[in-house]
Amino acid sequence: MKKANVVQSLVSIAVVVVLLTVLNGFLSSFQARIFNLCGIYVILALSMNLINGFVGLFSLGHAGFMAVGAYTTAMLTMSKEMKEMNFFLEPIAPWLLNVQLPFPIALIVGGLMASLAAFIIGAPVLRLNDDYLAIATLGFSEIIRVIFTNTQSLTNGALGLKGLPYIGIANKSSEAYWWIWGIVIITVVFMVVLIKSTYGRAFKAIREDEVAAEAMGINLFKHKMMAFVIGAFFAGIGGSLLGHLMGTIDPLLFRYLLTFNIVLIVVLGGIGSITGSVISAIVVTIAMEVLRILDGTIKIGSLVINGIPGTRMVVFSVLLMVVILFYQRGLMGTKEFSWSWFKKLPFITKKAKIS
Amino acid sequence: MLKINDLHVHYGGIHALNGITLEVPENKIVTLIGANGAGKSSTLKSIMGLAKTSHGTIQFNGEEITGKPTTHMVSQGLILVPEGRRIFSNLTVEENLFLGSYLRKDKAEINKDLNWVYELFPRLKERLWQMAGTLSGGEQQMLAVGRALMSKPKLLMMDEPSLGLAPLIVKDIFNIIKEIHRKGMTILLIEQNAKAALEAADYGYVLETGIITLEGPGKELLVNDQVQRAYLGDHK
Repeated sequence: MKKANVVQSLVSIAVVVVLLTVLNGFLSSFQARIFNLCGIYVILALSMNLINGFVGLFSLGHAGFMAVGAYTTAMLTMSKEMKEMNFFLEPIAPWLLNVQLPFPIALIVGGLMASLAAFIIGAPVLRLNDDYLAIATLGFSEIIRVIFTNTQSLTNGALGLKGLPYIGIANKSSEAYWWIWGIVIITVVFMVVLIKSTYGRAFKAIREDEVAAEAMGINLFKHKMMAFVIGAFFAGIGGSLLGHLMGTIDPLLFRYLLTFNIVLIVVLGGIGSITGSVISAIVVTIAMEVLRILDGTIKIGSLVINGIPGTRMVVFSVLLMVVILFYQRGLMGTKEFSWSWFKKLPFITKKAKIS
Repeated sequence: MLKINDLHVHYGGIHALNGITLEVPENKIVTLIGANGAGKSSTLKSIMGLAKTSHGTIQFNGEEITGKPTTHMVSQGLILVPEGRRIFSNLTVEENLFLGSYLRKDKAEINKDLNWVYELFPRLKERLWQMAGTLSGGEQQMLAVGRALMSKPKLLMMDEPSLGLAPLIVKDIFNIIKEIHRKGMTILLIEQNAKAALEAADYGYVLETGIITLEGPGKELLVNDQVQRAYLGDHK
């Protein structure tokens, strides 16, 4: 039984890699960029789903964790010359100037710093529940942003950082694709293994009924902290990748709106479903780009509609409301993709009967 | 096995338990009966470390466990079947059962206990892959008991297992309690259904507004005038 599961998982990964290779062949560079963004949102959605979906903590601190990850990695990967160019208003702190690490290490350090931030604020904040937790984490995320705006010699403040190197080790833009989607695969595998472990079961128990979970001997605080720190790690990684994909970051990028984009993805996909988050992240990210036509001027025959910038966000807000009102379980509910789905298809069952 | 001495519990300004002393000897069923708000659940919660004990001591197998975290209580062999069952509705029956054995590492023994639970509750085995929330009330109570047994407890504490169940199912539940007891389990049972509880119990305590007002062997309490009048609805 277990062996079969491992084989199935390996087959799934192989299929995904083949698909990615095929896609890589015919995506234009613009399309590839959007697709990379999809990958980053998959990572972000999964990290939020772990905290909000599986453990049931209503945390809205994602933008904060992403900011910590993005800035840490950026400061570690940028060259000395680039840093000097960026910090023209106030010189950079001397100890930061000469630090430069290879991208993979800087990325992990970025994730770890986000985890550290989660660990520090987790201690007081995770004792809160529901809306109080949401307010506290949202506050944390805004505090991080304000701090980053005002620590001029560390983060270049409101001017932001420009000229972040490309994702990867060879400093080529084409490398980003496999880095991002490689990390997506690692993240998905990690989340699946975690959720299927006894820890995952305890997470779900806490989501279902805290009192009962505690009565079973599950240490609530420890498990919540664990999910929070792991989620923040992947949020930090996602933030770093986002920063390096765009090549520039500033504190305004990490407003609470960014958190709500991820909330939107998680809710649409189904709170507590890894499959749902993956599908939803890809669909929503592509839709965000495609629906840009709504922001511009639309011509239908002789009819000319002058677009108002921001219309697509209205569409998404309405979509979110519709989902919340009529389809709370989202795309997948708490269900997951599994190979046994195919067994239910009629033509395969017939074959199975013959053999 | 379990000794409670002069236990006080406060919730904010409310004095829920006002110095209760009771004892649960090994291999016995002890019951604590009383009306709503008498402090029955508070007693169990403070034993499990789910409610803060403000004064008094709780000893389990000679070890002082007052104020220890719940994880410690469970690892020492105390388990609570909570009031209102509190099963994990959106998890499967099997997942619920495995959550009972969450703190255990002995895989072979866990499987043995799992089989025992299936033997006790054949209906759970039929519904292994079903979401626990789709079970009937009686089945959910069985699952809650099964889940608790999966922790391999030395002392099983039950908070109103008959709550909200049809009389016939209540009978089933009490038969199961007796069956588990026969296998050597020590049980602390809390009930509003005084008659059923006292019939099953070796020893009983009557709790009223945070104080134990009466105690004695189950059979004796059953015929006690005061108990008859207050809990058994007998107005002779």
